[in-house]
Amino acid sequence: MSSAAEAHPPAHPALAHHFEDLPAQREASTLGMWLFLVNEIMFFGGMLLAYGIYRELHYPAFVHASHHLDMRLGAINTAVLICSSLTMAMAVHSAAVGRRRAIVVYLLLTIALGSVFLGIKTKEYLDKFEAHLVPGPHFSAEHLHDENGSPLPAGEAREAQIFYSLYFGLTGLHALHMVIGIPILGVVALLAHRGRFGPAYYTPVELTGLYWHFVDIVWIFLFPLLYLIGRHH
Amino acid sequence: MSEHVVPVRVYLAVFAALLVLTAVTAGVATVDLGIWNTPVALGIAVLKAVLVILFFMHVKYSPHLIWIAIGAAFFWLLTFFAGTAADYLSRGYLGTPGS
Repeated sequence: MSSAAEAHPPAHPALAHHFEDLPAQREASTLGMWLFLVNEIMFFGGMLLAYGIYRELHYPAFVHASHHLDMRLGAINTAVLICSSLTMAMAVHSAAVGRRRAIVVYLLLTIALGSVFLGIKTKEYLDKFEAHLVPGPHFSAEHLHDENGSPLPAGEAREAQIFYSLYFGLTGLHALHMVIGIPILGVVALLAHRGRFGPAYYTPVELTGLYWHFVDIVWIFLFPLLYLIGRHH
Repeated sequence: MSEHVVPVRVYLAVFAALLVLTAVTAGVATVDLGIWNTPVALGIAVLKAVLVILFFMHVKYSPHLIWIAIGAAFFWLLTFFAGTAADYLSRGYLGTPGS
């Protein structure tokens, strides 16, 4: 007859008592994270729908307002975020195969790339502040032009403010998600440095990855919708 | 849940595809496709999102319960978009599509 120790090997320290085993715990955690992300999809979805309606109502103003955005910086930021998604995926992969030092390195790279994105975004916001394109009492359309370089008519200038409200709302919420994500990545990197994660258990790395990739997906939609309208005119 | 370790070459292939599609979407935006500019831009964005969800987010290797949760979410989102668009269009606020 086998001893009690053999019948019940010591449980992994991360296993909560109400779960049968680590895979069951991991599946429950992953589903929980997805339910949170599904809420986030609805949250951004509502705002994107508002964008879609106003864009159809005021299409020429939206095109002229959008032309003031720097398409090159937008494209560079898209590439930066995609690179950060790769380093994040590599952090999860390193945990799954048990390369503990690599988890920390890839998480730090993800933080660095996320910070580059926010730095470029800050530069873009600064340009908009200087051009008086921030909605509010000081909004002015004097830096906006139509295809022929003429100033916008009064009605369009007013509608351009709606575009910039949606621009700051959408990119601001997206940036807020990154500002929240970077400290979370830092905590996970610290835990990884202390050797908490290995092939048997790396759920926090995996779930932080899901969040980070979700933020990337939001930007994948924001880039064409905000920066690339009517660029062929 | 099966412990599926995604090979690195899959990640690299998805990464390359995402960068190429970003270049394509930026390039094609400067070409006049008539009414097709927006559908093409959104189509590329959806393709990129699907690549990220399936591979970077491991949904391809996830249990069916996760697929159901995500599928239900996108179905509801489309219902929400379609219902609102139908309301605006039927009241004539947005003009006739395609005209």
